[in-house]
Amino acid sequence: MSKGVLVDVTRCIDCKSCMVACKVWNDLPSRKTEFSNDLDAGQLNSDTYTVVNNCISENGGEVVWRFVKRQCMHCKEPACESACFTHSFVKTKEGAVIYKPTVVDQDYCVGCRYCMIACPFGVPTFQWEKAFPYVEKCTFCYERTQQGLKTACTQACPTGALKFGDREELLAEAWQRINNNPNYVKHVYGEKEYGGTSWLYISDVPFAQLGFKTEVFNRPVTEKSIPSLTWDVLKWTPYIFVGWGALLTAMRAYTKRRAEVHNEEEMYGPVDPKE
Amino acid sequence: MYGRNWSFRITWFRILLIILVLGAAAACLYRFIFGLGAVTNLSDQWPWGLWIGFDLLCGIALAGGGFSTALVVHVLHRDKYLPIARAALLTSLLGYIISLVSLFLDIGRWFNFWRPFFYWGFHSVLFEVFWCISLYTTIQVLEFGDIFFEKVKFPALKKILGYMMTPLLILGIVLPSLHQSSLGSLYIVAIDKLYPLWWSMLIPFFFVWSAFFLGPAMVTVEGTLASRAYGRQPELPVFQSMTKLTMWMMIIYFIVKMIDLNYRGVFGMAFNGSYESNMFLIEMIVFVLLPIFMYAIPSIRTKLWGVVTASLLVVVGVVFNRMNVVFTGMAKSVGGSYFPSIWEFLITIGMWSALALAYLFIVENFSILPKEEHTHSTHTSYGPSFHA
Repeated sequence: MSKGVLVDVTRCIDCKSCMVACKVWNDLPSRKTEFSNDLDAGQLNSDTYTVVNNCISENGGEVVWRFVKRQCMHCKEPACESACFTHSFVKTKEGAVIYKPTVVDQDYCVGCRYCMIACPFGVPTFQWEKAFPYVEKCTFCYERTQQGLKTACTQACPTGALKFGDREELLAEAWQRINNNPNYVKHVYGEKEYGGTSWLYISDVPFAQLGFKTEVFNRPVTEKSIPSLTWDVLKWTPYIFVGWGALLTAMRAYTKRRAEVHNEEEMYGPVDPKE
Repeated sequence: MYGRNWSFRITWFRILLIILVLGAAAACLYRFIFGLGAVTNLSDQWPWGLWIGFDLLCGIALAGGGFSTALVVHVLHRDKYLPIARAALLTSLLGYIISLVSLFLDIGRWFNFWRPFFYWGFHSVLFEVFWCISLYTTIQVLEFGDIFFEKVKFPALKKILGYMMTPLLILGIVLPSLHQSSLGSLYIVAIDKLYPLWWSMLIPFFFVWSAFFLGPAMVTVEGTLASRAYGRQPELPVFQSMTKLTMWMMIIYFIVKMIDLNYRGVFGMAFNGSYESNMFLIEMIVFVLLPIFMYAIPSIRTKLWGVVTASLLVVVGVVFNRMNVVFTGMAKSVGGSYFPSIWEFLITIGMWSALALAYLFIVENFSILPKEEHTHSTHTSYGPSFHA
């Protein structure tokens, strides 16, 4: 059964336990704490698989703070997997989308970064400073979930903002919470976006105000999976290869040169560099 | 007649080019030791920059002259275009080599470059691009071998190549047709990232079609440059008769583009005054419509300046289009900013300098350009016989 996480934005208190747990479990280098008024954790990078971002938004004339955990969404049909030409990404049956070179030590990655172009959420990051860099992103704690454990971040969450479970059950629960409480926005982010994701979000503030990608170029985000779009084009390749090749061969035979009018060796010559 | 051994005249300009190549080579070495972050301004928001956007996408498009000329000359047997066939093949080959070099520079884990030959991610567009480009470059090397063995005598090999030539020629058109379009298909995944004026399910068609009509224009520009450099007579009649093909292909390109924009309901975005829409208008008006008109008007098309200017617009226009896809169209959705570092520029300039040097060396040593009429009589002394 495919796993997922339900994120209830209304319950997050920005304690960042999930970030710490993630760093600890994945043995990632951490930054030295500096005092600052900025509580926002910034962007994902190759040392940080998850961040909690601060959003100040207006809800019914009232200014509210909301905190949104971000990480790889673990799409049902991941764009990164379909973009990778060395099978370095794989969608596991447990729901995790893993990057094989660092997670299961199968090092085929060429470092082309097409996965980064492909990901609609801008998740995969690159070890720019390394000589032989890897792509880095949230692993959905693959080693833990395989043994029936929760992910490190959901384990650490003290408020129940993160709930680990079967995706379908979580989705049902998400709608139950939404239907039982009129404060929630009537939308589960991740249910349909790009064909659906393992991470599901519910919120009492419109998702657009929380920095979610809901609308692009004045139209709602795509609900088709990105791999299906690519495949719509790519599936024609063999037919074009054969058809175009046959057509060219036929044309070449049909228009066969009327006698060898030109002897190519006679026709061309090296150029004299002295003008 | 100068001796038919290898010759390469050194001029100040060529010394400058050599210095640029050496500088770039040093920068490349530094990049391989210290990584991409040390030399480029790439970031998680902008994973693809100058090398992919310009050297690869434009390099490959500019090399389009090879397959369109091959189609016209070797498949349709339009012999009047024969004079430019070899030069087109040569520039194409060099363009592909540049693209492969820049690709190799750009991949982070370059020692793994051979992996896609064994782990078949065939659901990736990049897989098709990778295979087609590698195979097509190989084919072009073999096609060039036919010319190479005219000078370097090796009759057995030349004979084998001769037998292979027909299938090679056909493959040498099919493969680039496929991957010119799949370079466009690469951006299908960017459905919610690339500005809708450029993103389309038809982007593969736009890419292959523009690469094809770019061919004759590129041949015109490059042929004019070569004639300037060597004080030769430019092949004006050939250039002119190619304009008709280019013009009609561009008209079809323009019409399909308009239909596509309307069909997707984004036609209005071309006039919303945004940065993207203005760049799109420039692309369409200056680099598509203007050359179409220049090609259509006989008093412009029959003059050398006219046909060369229009062709230059087409060439720059395709580069402009690719840059719009890679940079302009992506800027808004990916955020952050990217401008190539001095090192990225240095390496790019070095690669194109190397291309110029290779071109000069090859046309001066191999039979690439047609012999000029007035030199015909002096060519009796030409014979590579005393060359091993």
